[in-house]
Amino acid sequence: MRIAIVAGGRTPERDVSLRGGHRIAAALSSLGHDAWTVDPAERKLVEALRERPTELCWLALHGKDGEDGTVQRLLDLEGVRYIGTRALDCELTFDKVLAKDVLRRANVPTPDWVVIEGSALRDLGAGASLPTALERVGLPCVVKPSRSGSALGVAVVERAGDLAGAVMAALSYSDAAIVERRVSGTEIGAAAIGDPLEPLPLVEVVPKDGVYDYGARYTAGATDYWAPARLEPTTASAAANAAASALEALAIRSIGRVDMIVDEHGDPWVLEANVSPGMTETSLVPMAAAAAGLSLAQMCDAIIRTVA
Amino acid sequence: MAEFSIDRFVDRYAARAAGMTASEVRALFAVASRPEVVSLAGGMPFVQALPDDEVADVARAVLAEHRDIALQYGGGQGPVGLRERLVMLMAEEGIDADADDIVVTTGAQQALDLVGKLFIDPGDVIAVEAPAYVGALTAFGAYQPRFLPIEIDDDGMLVEDLEQALVRGERPTFVYTVPNFGNPAGVTMTAERRRHLVALCREASIPIVEDNPYGLLRFEGEAVPCLRTLDPENVIYLGTVSKTFSPGVRVGWALAEQSVVQRLVLAKESADLCSSNLTMLMTEHWFSDDARWRGTLAGLVGAYRSRRDVMLESLDEHLADEATWTHPRGGFYVWVTVPDWLDTKALLAAAVERHVAYVPGTAFYPDGRGANQMRLAFCYPTEDRIREGVARLGSLMHDETELYRSLGG
Repeated sequence: MRIAIVAGGRTPERDVSLRGGHRIAAALSSLGHDAWTVDPAERKLVEALRERPTELCWLALHGKDGEDGTVQRLLDLEGVRYIGTRALDCELTFDKVLAKDVLRRANVPTPDWVVIEGSALRDLGAGASLPTALERVGLPCVVKPSRSGSALGVAVVERAGDLAGAVMAALSYSDAAIVERRVSGTEIGAAAIGDPLEPLPLVEVVPKDGVYDYGARYTAGATDYWAPARLEPTTASAAANAAASALEALAIRSIGRVDMIVDEHGDPWVLEANVSPGMTETSLVPMAAAAAGLSLAQMCDAIIRTVA
Repeated sequence: MAEFSIDRFVDRYAARAAGMTASEVRALFAVASRPEVVSLAGGMPFVQALPDDEVADVARAVLAEHRDIALQYGGGQGPVGLRERLVMLMAEEGIDADADDIVVTTGAQQALDLVGKLFIDPGDVIAVEAPAYVGALTAFGAYQPRFLPIEIDDDGMLVEDLEQALVRGERPTFVYTVPNFGNPAGVTMTAERRRHLVALCREASIPIVEDNPYGLLRFEGEAVPCLRTLDPENVIYLGTVSKTFSPGVRVGWALAEQSVVQRLVLAKESADLCSSNLTMLMTEHWFSDDARWRGTLAGLVGAYRSRRDVMLESLDEHLADEATWTHPRGGFYVWVTVPDWLDTKALLAAAVERHVAYVPGTAFYPDGRGANQMRLAFCYPTEDRIREGVARLGSLMHDETELYRSLGG
């Protein structure tokens, strides 16, 4: 099959996307496909796809334009098939303001949160609501941009006085900030591939510095990973169920990853889901596949078959 | 149950590799290198100003006349002809040197590494300016010292602070300084402070490492004596042609006492045997034509001066309410201080979104300070791009100020 892997782009996750994209291209080529990468920051995407007839796009972009439904809508318009979640569902999943609501309505456990929007601060006097926000979620809390990935712009707030700075930092990445109750426990990545989605073994994430930030994600050796996760069977089952519910609620297709915390009582809490999970050598989905006995090529093959 | 080992060597790395991690700022710079982004971040020299045909002539001449040497290994100290040219270059700044006391390095950056290798044991104290050149912090950092940050002001390092540290019992292995138009702050140490520093370090038997990449890029004012001229025996001097000619040739050097030079040559040879004969000979040829290199340097200084002027004017126009900054009289950089509620590292994402980039201040401190500072480079972008970049930064600062106020600040 003639497959264009769209990777790179203009977001801070550009390098991560390129690294993953090249790995996918190599894996697909090894399966006998005619696979090549297209970087929309280097070539106009529509032009590139028209120039080299494409049967299928694998969207390995991260962040704005890549995971938020933009590129998906463009491919819908161009009539080019692509792997993964449809445009509207990408938009819902990528924007944590919307995704958290969708999860809550579907009774998927997700930590309590409030939203602070930049425009509400500027135009509606929302700054006066900050103490209320803290009352609602308590301390410590996690402040994150509504539309960003790889933990960019995320801060843990321990003291009330640090909230404003954390909100400003999150708003540097996005137009709204989520202030979320901090759940302590075991970090879990739950990946699923195929159609219908089949869960892969849960991956347990243990950052050596205690925080799974950008450095811990993309520096080999900075984080320890266990796959399958070292959870009691009932706890693992509850976590897997929560992940499956999240993927279903957000209508994620072909490939997805749910990030969770399992708290001290063994209860899972869904933090977010990803329609274009990282595929680098330090990323969770390829690791989960390996734990299931699948090479990267075999995993890609399983995903390609969902549309072939 | 299996622990996934992404990096099977993870338990084998030396402790000095611990700080080598992926960073958010690097991720943002990957975006900032896009043409639509005005990058005030990188300190790239304006090599477009070098006359194309003359550089090509030099390369051709080297290959025509010295092909067998240019394409071969050489000695670790570097060709004597080049070292004689470097003696001449240093004489421009009043330094009296002997070619035998020079070791040519792969950029001054390698000289920093070799000095670290020679002098620093884990836990040794190295006194540095705060803020200091990030490349020196990382080069020395690999040898696991403890940094002793010494504050600076518009007149360079606060030598009295160093003196007080010595009184407190600190005993640095050496003091590292960029006294002329320093990176990142752009400030120059006064002659008075230089004399104080040299006397203090001589008295305490602490060597000084003087890093002088920008000394010949003076836009105005009188030159201040190099530390090396004030105490040749106690100062290890580092130079480079990256700013006067080209960073692409990777030619830097160290000038020191013979005992140090001999060790530096051995350390250099064990690191990379020798620098590139091809580019060292090109450099020697470039500086053998007096009119050529002086003319080119004068052109560069003129261009950098105009760009500095445009940057300072633009800062006055767009950031006067939100920030303060240094007024460099040479070099590449302006150091900007914003209100302490602003975190320039977090703000970089919004800046890049608005198509302007800078280097957040925390990179230049060994102790995590500098969150409300940033380095702006005026060396590479054109005057129009500098105007546009600073205007974008100003508009961002203005909006951030409003946002902060809306948060009750």
